[in-house]
Amino acid sequence: MLALLDGVSYAGLLFLVALGLTFIFGVVRILNVAHGSLYACGGYAAATLGLWMGQGGDSLALSLGALLGGALLVGIVLGTVLMLLLRQFQDRDPILQLLVTFGAFMIFEDLQRMIWGTQPYFVSDVVNQMGTSELLGVVYMNYQLLFVPGAAVAVYLLLQWFLRRTLMGRQIVAVTHDREVATAMGINAKRVAYLTFVVGAMLGSLGGALASPTTSLVPGIGADMIVLSFAVVASAGLGQISGALIVALMIGLARSFCVYLMPEMEVVMPYVIMVLVLLMRPQGLFTVAQARRI
Amino acid sequence: MRYTIYGAVALSVVVLGLAAAFPWLKLPLILALCYGLAALGIVVLLRAGQISFGHAMYACIAGYVVAYLSQRFPHLDGFALIGLGTLASLVAGMLIGAFVVRYREIFFGMLNLALSMVLFTLLGKFYAYTGGTDGLRVGRPTLLGVELARNGFETALLVLVLVCSLLVIWGVQRYFRSSAGEALMAMKSNEMRLEYLGISAKKLLWQGYVLSAGLCGLSGALFGLSQGLVTPEMGYWLRSGEFVFIAILGGSGHAVGAFVGALLYEFLKMYAAVLVSGAWQLLLGATLIVIIYFLPSGLTGLLRKRRAALGGEQ
Repeated sequence: MLALLDGVSYAGLLFLVALGLTFIFGVVRILNVAHGSLYACGGYAAATLGLWMGQGGDSLALSLGALLGGALLVGIVLGTVLMLLLRQFQDRDPILQLLVTFGAFMIFEDLQRMIWGTQPYFVSDVVNQMGTSELLGVVYMNYQLLFVPGAAVAVYLLLQWFLRRTLMGRQIVAVTHDREVATAMGINAKRVAYLTFVVGAMLGSLGGALASPTTSLVPGIGADMIVLSFAVVASAGLGQISGALIVALMIGLARSFCVYLMPEMEVVMPYVIMVLVLLMRPQGLFTVAQARRI
Repeated sequence: MRYTIYGAVALSVVVLGLAAAFPWLKLPLILALCYGLAALGIVVLLRAGQISFGHAMYACIAGYVVAYLSQRFPHLDGFALIGLGTLASLVAGMLIGAFVVRYREIFFGMLNLALSMVLFTLLGKFYAYTGGTDGLRVGRPTLLGVELARNGFETALLVLVLVCSLLVIWGVQRYFRSSAGEALMAMKSNEMRLEYLGISAKKLLWQGYVLSAGLCGLSGALFGLSQGLVTPEMGYWLRSGEFVFIAILGGSGHAVGAFVGALLYEFLKMYAAVLVSGAWQLLLGATLIVIIYFLPSGLTGLLRKRRAALGGEQ
């Protein structure tokens, strides 16, 4: 039971980050390796804002504001920087573009170490403010039990509505699907691509921000997260939003059950799932068969 | 062929000259050549248009095999250790390769990364066998039955690494010029056309993958011997990133490129460690982006441009 709830909470984070990765992949057609540092920086920024704003008083609204504010700030700033950088390499070999994001990842990783140091950061005001609740005799933190999965589901529903029902959302779908045709239809593809990229970046840093109160922030979390979220995206199939949700749940649950049953295997579990999925369905679990893009 | 000879002679002169002039440079030179060997492995894949972010795992596998064997069988000769270490990586490359060659580009790169992370974590966790994050010590073995003191051992190892590098340059260049090597190059431009010609792209990439795993393994075995210590860091993604960096710096035009890149890289690192110790990754990342922007085919790309200017003469 404990494992189940832990897993759901973890899956929520994983889903947000993986979703951001899918979004960015949709516009630039390459995997953004620097996504891991978006996650890490989102976490750090939220923690710093939390410390800074939390000095005034002990209010839940302020702490939540710090989480969201940190995520938005990092998403917009780093997202714009990355997008501008990648635009310089638009017509190059995809491999070289991939390497550019890898270079950016290395830069961000060091910048983050310079700004926030190597000491673990831990800001858990929100968790305490949200209180705890008892379930079947075990005490849970409301933050992990309700808030994180709730946020993930909210983002999921909001995005589904946004992408299907609004003009902007439909434009995003169109540009992601086929940029040339979308441009021919009179969509400003450049603007839409930029927006999608920033939304993706914000999702990544939101994942980091939401993770920050319950995990200690240390250098290197970015690298772990990029691989994990890639495992989710690859298993679900690139561009599959609902698929990402399901696979994130699968991996999150499998991971936390591992923590309880055989702790040594915990880190390996997501990869095992990914390898098994890719062995059976190289295009991912939820992709409808199509012309090979990879 | 002409460039191979020029390159090989230049490389030997530079390495041996520096080692003779500054004996303290011996170890950095050995390490640089080891990096070059591994980077050459990346270059092989780069020619097929693929990139791996996890090839340090093969260096790591070979290094650990060498360390483990030297602890279990202290009388094993250095050559046997290197051979067995490389063999282990080759076998691992064959098995893993059979799986990863079904994927391209991002998937290829990230699957390698994922596997190397798994290895890295496992090495850190299974303390009883691997010594955890402290790693394993590698004793100084005999070389061809001769027991050497520290200084003599380093000199012998330098010569050994250099000879290995030269042989590898010659062999890999032969492979690049062979029909299999040329076909591998064609994978980058149009894989489907290759399939229509009746060549299996998977099989081709598998061959290249095994070769690159072997090269990384050789590098790891030599690296472990010269350091006297193997740690999980040998398989960390940052190490793989360094290999990729050197491969891009050297370019995929010629096998010598990887070694030139590795020497440059090692010296850059030595100075950077003194000047900007905290921002090493930052410098690396920024340089990588700059190289890709201005010199997308690396140092050996310059060579090719010159050759084209001279009228395509081989």
